[in-house]
Amino acid sequence: MTAPALDVQGLAYRYPDGHQALFGVDLTVQPGERVALLGPNGAGKTTLVLHLNGILSGGLGSVTVDGLAVQKANVREVRRRVGIVFQDPDDQLFMPTVRQDVAFGPANLGVKGPELSERVERALAAVDMEDFADRPPHHLSFGQRRRVAVATVLAMEPTILVLDEPSSNLDPAARREFAEVVQRLALTTLMVTHDLPYALELCPRSVIMNEGRIVADGPTRDILSDDALMKANRLELPYGFDPTHW
Amino acid sequence: MIARPPRWAGHPVADVAGGHSHGTHGLYLHGHSPLHELAPECKIAAAVASVFAIVATPREQWWAFAAHALVLLVVIRIATIPTRLVARRLVFEVPFVAFAFFLPFIGQGDRVDLGVLSLSRDGLWAAWNILAKGSLGVSVSVVLASTTTMAELLRGLDRLRVPRPLVLIASFMVRYLDVIAGQMQRMKVARLSRGYDPRWIWQSKAWATSAGTMFIRSYERGERVHLAMLSRGYGGTMPDLFETRTDAGQWRRALSWPLVHALVTTAAWVAR
Repeated sequence: MTAPALDVQGLAYRYPDGHQALFGVDLTVQPGERVALLGPNGAGKTTLVLHLNGILSGGLGSVTVDGLAVQKANVREVRRRVGIVFQDPDDQLFMPTVRQDVAFGPANLGVKGPELSERVERALAAVDMEDFADRPPHHLSFGQRRRVAVATVLAMEPTILVLDEPSSNLDPAARREFAEVVQRLALTTLMVTHDLPYALELCPRSVIMNEGRIVADGPTRDILSDDALMKANRLELPYGFDPTHW
Repeated sequence: MIARPPRWAGHPVADVAGGHSHGTHGLYLHGHSPLHELAPECKIAAAVASVFAIVATPREQWWAFAAHALVLLVVIRIATIPTRLVARRLVFEVPFVAFAFFLPFIGQGDRVDLGVLSLSRDGLWAAWNILAKGSLGVSVSVVLASTTTMAELLRGLDRLRVPRPLVLIASFMVRYLDVIAGQMQRMKVARLSRGYDPRWIWQSKAWATSAGTMFIRSYERGERVHLAMLSRGYGGTMPDLFETRTDAGQWRRALSWPLVHALVTTAAWVAR
């Protein structure tokens, strides 16, 4: 059996200011799976995400990415394997042009010359943004910027894609376009979201996190249909939305 | 009946966020001239060298300035920049040369009588010197700015071995100017929406508080950007992106421009 794409075991973390954010998180994601990470604000979702590529560390437990333990010594390889797309594309895109921004990640890994250009082209094509390579990011629409943000991590050829609130601030058309991109990529994906219909559309499996623990893990449809579970974790479906008839 | 638009609607700040929809900065003029195609580092070097050559011209040799101007007109024509546009952008230098107009009145030494005015000969020369060199120098920078995008300018500086942290700081500034201007605009609208309409300096407390908030927000943004950079394997030094070698032909073509200015200046010194 192959190693899981992501394996989190007993992860606990307390911030330096004393706030305990994670209380023993266990989560396994198999290669090719798309999993939604749901939960109210302050549940510890972002803290968990920042552990996946070793930005945060030092608590108890372990994180393994595709068989490789996340440690100081192999942090560079871990950051190649785990592609995090942050919520605000303006935080992710900081270079003068889209092309330079997409090249930033692979260049940090030592990729150079024609291979670098090729990776940039490929990554931009994967998100339908190849015609915007020489544009400055601040001249793109919000939806386009978010797709370019995905390209910046695709260029690093990650084994798992982590999307933080991918549908936030998108208009309905951009939201649908982004979903199409995610489906086409067919990468192992962990998607942090408050957008429950989006989770149902894109992720067959969901986990709920609350107060620093994973409190539910199962098929998205079952989770969204469990009223008691939803209520207990401050999760609410949009008015009129019925996951069983979707 | 059409409602009167809110007070801030026509305010210049209201345009900041969405103002730069074309090009990469307001001065860039899209085109495909030989100057547009030239590698940015060659163009920057050529422009700086041209300015030095022009500034080194002895001020009494007025014909040399006419020759410099002629060379620039040819360059402007090659760059397909409308001459009127250059003329309009020269207005930029007005505040800087304004004080040159006082020099003939306050200068010492020989006087030249011009009707009722008695002007200083030295002052006249000094004013001419500043005006001529200022206008020519600004024209050179207009040519550079009109034919080079912001991204290219930054790449050119990087290839000219300007310390990378400085280039990076400049590129962050360019990148986040619109983001921060947009944030400021939204805060301003929110203030006005709650009836804030300061008319006197002592009413500016809310504005000052907003400025402080902007500082904190920008600082936090900086931290988030850094976090995102780390997540993509940033290790403290910027990697080389797309190292393309600029061939000697590009440099030769670019440097022929300051060379002509240098020849004019040399001729002016010899003829002195």
